Amino acid sequence: MPVITLTIDDELISGREGETLLQVIKEHGISLPTLCHMEGLSERGGCRLCIVEVAGSPRPLPACTTPAREGMVVRTRSERLENYRRMLVELMLAERNHYCAVCVSIGHCELQRVAAEMGVDHVRYEYLSPKLTMDLSHERFGLDHNRCILCTRCVRVCDEIEGVHTWDISGRGVKSRIIADLNRSWRESGTCTSCGKCVQVCPTGALFLKGAVVGEMVKDPTMLARVLEGREKKEWEG
Amino acid sequence: MELIGSGRLRLATVWLGGCSGCHMSFLDLDEYLLELSQAADLVYGPFVDAKEFPAGVDVALVEGAVTNRANLAMAGIIRQRSRTVISFGDCAITGNVTAMRNLLTVAETLDPFRCDGEASPAFDYAAVPQLLPRALPLHQVIPVDGYIPGCPPGPDRIRAAIECMLRGEPVHLAPGMLTFG
Repeated sequence: MPVITLTIDDELISGREGETLLQVIKEHGISLPTLCHMEGLSERGGCRLCIVEVAGSPRPLPACTTPAREGMVVRTRSERLENYRRMLVELMLAERNHYCAVCVSIGHCELQRVAAEMGVDHVRYEYLSPKLTMDLSHERFGLDHNRCILCTRCVRVCDEIEGVHTWDISGRGVKSRIIADLNRSWRESGTCTSCGKCVQVCPTGALFLKGAVVGEMVKDPTMLARVLEGREKKEWEG
Repeated sequence: MELIGSGRLRLATVWLGGCSGCHMSFLDLDEYLLELSQAADLVYGPFVDAKEFPAGVDVALVEGAVTNRANLAMAGIIRQRSRTVISFGDCAITGNVTAMRNLLTVAETLDPFRCDGEASPAFDYAAVPQLLPRALPLHQVIPVDGYIPGCPPGPDRIRAAIECMLRGEPVHLAPGMLTFG
């Protein structure tokens, strides 16, 4: 792939044509907060935490869905970006019911970690406190809509890696919900293979193993890389 | 921060709509409490027998959400009589477990405690402060100057925050001490 040169945080750096800005930024050791991004899955640009300022664009752009181009001038840190990122995390916390103290994923939650790293010590917005349900119909797994941030990692891993597309999103905006098949209970889903990939990639306590109590749901983020590497090496082909 | 008293921090702790876990964690400061007692006077709190929130408080650590009318009135008094108000723990900061009732109406919340539409004999509702429609974080009711997250915040966090206040600085905790829950 042809090499391109761009300026990131006043430094001239190189990348390869076809890469996203996030890839180039990460390759050069600059860390950006992300929640919907996951190595091995398609990019969605949904959480907007990886927003960067690109010269010529009046608004910040998500680094994960913006292609790196020759001559781009990019800034990954600024007061405006930090403000927006913090607002985004606060809005995520305010939108549903993230009672961290009683969450299966406390201590292992990406939203919790990202919020702390950004210095979110309180939420300036009113909590919406929606009355949401849980789907505990599956034999081994549970889905708690209260913890869901709609990153769609579960939707993408199910579609792109497991290849069955059990998960989808119904509704719009604040009424969006993760659904199985055409809004069936998880148990009644005709497509779910019970592989558990969705549970492992979920960044919060929204998808969990049944039987996990507060703080017990430790996810395995390396699972996806192992699956993809195994496929690449044809480890499971007879 | 210029102290109101004679060079010693006038410290108050308050227990609103919480479980007192934050105060239990405060006691976990163990021997640091002795050090703290050299620099601060505890002028109000569940640990001392003061009936009324005093005037001229340097720092008030407030545990719990604002969940009833008594909490609301107390929050106003705390703000009026304290130079610095700190939300102490997740209930004061987010509403936390106390605010789990916000998914219900007040009537739905109280229904399990009623017998045949009447208040259970165990509860004298005339004597119990009236619930607000929603349990609220403290900063939605009065201006708050600092936050110590956690359910409860560990003693390391409490100590770090108190040391900021003793130096006369705003509460500033490292990211590792900022997690909710």
